Amino acid sequence: MGDYISTRNVHLYYGENEALKGIDLGFPDNGIHALIGPSGCGKSTYLRCLNRMNDLIPDVKITGNIEIGGSNIYSPKTDTVELRRQVGMVFQQPNPFPFSIYDNVSYGLKLSGKKDKEFIDERVETSLKQAAVWDEVKDDLSKSALSLSGGQQQRICIARVLAVKPSVILLDEPTSALDPVSSNLIEEMLLTLREKYACVMVTHNLQQASRISDTTSFFLTGQLIETGRTKDIFVEPQQKETDDYLSGRFG
Amino acid sequence: MDPIKKKIQNKSKETRQELIGKILSYSSILLIVLVVLSIFIFVASKGIATFTQNNASLKDFFFSTDWSPTAVGKDGRPLVGALPMITGSFGVTLLAVLFATPFAIGTALYMTEIASKKGRNFLQIVTELLVGIPSVVYGFIGLNVVVPFVREHFGGSGYGILSGAFVLFVMVLPTVTSLTVDSLRAVPSHYKSASLALGATEWQTIYKVTLRAALPGILTAVIFGMARAFGEALAVQMVIGNATLMPKGLLSASSTLTSVLTMGIGNTVMGTVGNNALWSLALVLLVMSLVFNLLVKWIGRKGRF
Repeated sequence: MGDYISTRNVHLYYGENEALKGIDLGFPDNGIHALIGPSGCGKSTYLRCLNRMNDLIPDVKITGNIEIGGSNIYSPKTDTVELRRQVGMVFQQPNPFPFSIYDNVSYGLKLSGKKDKEFIDERVETSLKQAAVWDEVKDDLSKSALSLSGGQQQRICIARVLAVKPSVILLDEPTSALDPVSSNLIEEMLLTLREKYACVMVTHNLQQASRISDTTSFFLTGQLIETGRTKDIFVEPQQKETDDYLSGRFG
Repeated sequence: MDPIKKKIQNKSKETRQELIGKILSYSSILLIVLVVLSIFIFVASKGIATFTQNNASLKDFFFSTDWSPTAVGKDGRPLVGALPMITGSFGVTLLAVLFATPFAIGTALYMTEIASKKGRNFLQIVTELLVGIPSVVYGFIGLNVVVPFVREHFGGSGYGILSGAFVLFVMVLPTVTSLTVDSLRAVPSHYKSASLALGATEWQTIYKVTLRAALPGILTAVIFGMARAFGEALAVQMVIGNATLMPKGLLSASSTLTSVLTMGIGNTVMGTVGNNALWSLALVLLVMSLVFNLLVKWIGRKGRF
């Protein structure tokens, strides 16, 4: 299949330590793709290759080929700033800036020099609506984002990513720091985003992966063990390791 | 008696040590509080005496420019106009901080965001060294370098608020820098990752997130710098010209609260108007340092995020 995101033979080294041992994986330009596996298996590291956030860590070496929309994102010509606008990221801990809700969501737009207030207002509103948090915050957008609950903060962070209209959204355990009700809200919201965006999500919550993802990939000790449609992976895993992990025999 | 009962009904060695520790720390606190209180009471009683015993006018003190405490004005009250010194003190302080803050923020940003570990350590040593230089050395350099420099490039005799501000600029720079470094370090790294992940450049991240989040801390740093500049006596006294006249500009000889105090306190007799008037200046200094402290506390409370 013509994958929108395609990674071929990706190796990543932290100094001497090989954290990713040749990952071949691809995703289409929509749908939700879950990455599962025990802690330290390299799934978050892999995720951070896709927007080059690993570049910020000293002593990291990445080899292999990662293409998004047909262009190699590790070629010297790639502008990481533009790349990260195209490939948004939601972190495990809700990390809104200590600013107002409005300033948080409009942050990315203002970075790219947008000044038209009407345009920004409109985009802030749509993004907050898409992130299913508009009704809770619309009365006072000048409130500090830090005064909100953890679940609301995380949805503000998602709205902040949506506001710059990326084509890919990376989610690094987006609900693991949240209570079940907030997690549920975010899951429902992600289901509405799957049509338009390629969402790649790392999760430790296997039920979550089985509930909302279209495809699932299982990582173990830096290797991709198995990937396929979520239903197939959960019902009929092909590899013994996958079966062991899903049935809770390790990890 | 049951051995366990005996054990738990007697104080153990550890409990007794705990008690001794508590007594020691409480008595230290008590001593410090007593010292601070007695300084306040002493300075205040002396400073207020100018107005109660010597019948000087409080309005004159803050708004008149005639400083000659031993003489008596037309209304029969001593001439204790402290406005020239108050103006001088605020002048050198504000100017010094105005010069120092951009440099301090720049240095601090370099130390926290850009420099390698080596560069950071080097700058750390440099700033610590600047703190350790005695103020008389600063004053001496001011006298030999800054005063002639100002005389040649700006005019006047070289003595004045501008020279004082230049000397204080160097003196407050390390204070403001190291406190700014602390506040920049306190900005959580996840703000930076969030910003970079949204497609911000390093500079945009520094400018729009790091500095903004650290703003309360930076303001605190500036106020600490102001407190330091306001209270500095010796170095300023050496370059400001020490004329108790209303400064006509940045280049005319003038004086500060502290410089008048250090110049005058040895030449007056305890209990006289001249002496009391100096205590009034000291009281103003003390109150100002209290104000600076309260400002810092207030910013700390408001700026918490």
